[in-house]
Amino acid sequence: MPFEWIAAVRFLREGRMQSLLIIVGVGVGVAVIVFMSALLSGLQANLIKRTLSSQAHITLLPPEEIARPQQATDTTALRLQKQAQRLRAIDQWQTLRDRLETWPEIAAVSPVASGPAFAVRGEANKAITVVGIEPERYNRVISLAERLTVGQLRVGAGEAVIGIELAKDLGAEVGDKLRLRAADGRSDTLTITGLFDLGNKGVNARNVYVGLRTAQSLLDLVGGVSSIDLALHDLDLAEQLARRIAGETGLSADSWIKTNAQFVTALTSQRVSSNVIRFFIALSVAFGIASVLVVSVIQRGKEIGILRAMGATQAQMRRIFLLQGGIVGFFGSLLGSALAWSFLMLWQLLARNPDGTPMFVIGVEPGLVALAAGGASLVGILSALLPARRAAQLDPVVAIRG
Amino acid sequence: MAESNDRVLHLAGIRKSYGSGEVESEILHGIDLTLRRGEFAALIGPSGSGKSTLLNLIGLLDRPTSGQLHIDSEDSGQLDDTGLTRLRGQRVGFVFQHHHLIPAFTAEENVAMPLLVARGRPDAEMFERAGQLLDQVGLADRKQYLANRLSGGQQQRVAIARALVTNPSLVLADEPTGNLDTHSADDVLALLREFNRRQHTTFLIVTHDPRLAARCDRIIELVDGRIVADQAVASA
Repeated sequence: MPFEWIAAVRFLREGRMQSLLIIVGVGVGVAVIVFMSALLSGLQANLIKRTLSSQAHITLLPPEEIARPQQATDTTALRLQKQAQRLRAIDQWQTLRDRLETWPEIAAVSPVASGPAFAVRGEANKAITVVGIEPERYNRVISLAERLTVGQLRVGAGEAVIGIELAKDLGAEVGDKLRLRAADGRSDTLTITGLFDLGNKGVNARNVYVGLRTAQSLLDLVGGVSSIDLALHDLDLAEQLARRIAGETGLSADSWIKTNAQFVTALTSQRVSSNVIRFFIALSVAFGIASVLVVSVIQRGKEIGILRAMGATQAQMRRIFLLQGGIVGFFGSLLGSALAWSFLMLWQLLARNPDGTPMFVIGVEPGLVALAAGGASLVGILSALLPARRAAQLDPVVAIRG
Repeated sequence: MAESNDRVLHLAGIRKSYGSGEVESEILHGIDLTLRRGEFAALIGPSGSGKSTLLNLIGLLDRPTSGQLHIDSEDSGQLDDTGLTRLRGQRVGFVFQHHHLIPAFTAEENVAMPLLVARGRPDAEMFERAGQLLDQVGLADRKQYLANRLSGGQQQRVAIARALVTNPSLVLADEPTGNLDTHSADDVLALLREFNRRQHTTFLIVTHDPRLAARCDRIIELVDGRIVADQAVASA
């Protein structure tokens, strides 16, 4: 061990009480930071997961139809009536699907033919959205199969999977028949093969999943799809990627970030406020370390003077005190991580869903601990800068006489 | 030339003043002094005569306002702070009145400290040397004691061992027996004498104690910042 390390460790060990108190102080600060970070990222990941359980990361739609005057003249007073958007198909969707599948950022591509219809069963008549899917592809975008409460994800000819709310409204069960009627009068009778719960009441009451072909003929979209749903590897890139796809294909592309703008803003401001809190905790930890070391430089004035007389250089004295700051920070962060881990275990024990399962799973990741240890050591060294400078600049003559 | 190689310490026209402008006060008014290898000299003088100031200058803990100071013919005026520190660490040993050991370290570690500081990391050789010196000062069984668990006389003997561990050319001792009873003081002086005879180390001992001064080879008397007497002691 180099001389500076030996001296730093001995000085800390000799001032046992002081060192212990400041390490505990650093530990509490680090514990709060780690606990807050883990809690927040667990909470946010959970919120995002719930939000995206019934949504694609990016949805591609045909470009909006815009009304254009047949002749534009300066003299004619013109009032443009905006037109209603029709249900239209995406041009050449098979080619597009195959092309998008080769993009490395995209995890899954699922063409969807969806449109409005009525579900009729006996007396009951509900407005619904028919969603025609290729189940295997669709399941990679929205994990429908996992969300089935009864039955299975089977949407062959004459088969449909409906939400639990709709099943309740219609009084239907798996195996029952259901008639779907489109606005223009086309209709089809389907057998219910499964019930899903996507965690969103509206979706559970509205979506009726059928095979792509069934939907195409019901909605008069022969061979076409009305949208393409995408799943991404990195959620945060959704908006960027949506813009790129829109630019390249001419389609309109909506990312989850845009469709949930308020939600995303809320997450961001939550993160910002927690960063502010973390910054101030780190700051007060730094001041704590600095004040203890300043006192220690004064207490050890004589020893610093002796070491200088023995030939220790200013740089060596500086390093001894910087190291003390770093060591205090490092051990404080280990203590803090252990504390945070116990808090989190306790929290998970107490915060539970009504059914007894943990509200959401959070843990102290090794990466977070490493980051806390590195960060706290750095904060320790930085806060030792001033005391270390004082130690180095102490006049040995004055210090020894002192 | 052989004579000048023999010079361990050479001071020429050393002045030291504190403050500046009207409040400037000169403590040392041109000191010329040479110590040769193997000398055992006492520096005496009343309080406020500048003894401590002179000792700090010689120990390279402070710089003179003007004048030249050579240790082992190395000109201290040419050195920056790191250079002074290195020269001090290698060539000068200190024995302070209050022994000034570092309490967080054992006796052995305190003795090895100048070597540890210079080499940067511990090695077996420096502890072997520290152990030998502790044997020589009669503390063979106290090597692993923390410094603050030793008696005053023992601490001073550790301090002497520490001053000698680098084989310095010059050992400066500031009232080395000032805090000790007569018996311990005699032991300490005998120790210094022994190292002086055996290794020809040069000693400069600041003291108030006429008994101690009388047992040195040479007495330098400083009054009001000037050397007023410098004479050899007739050997007893």
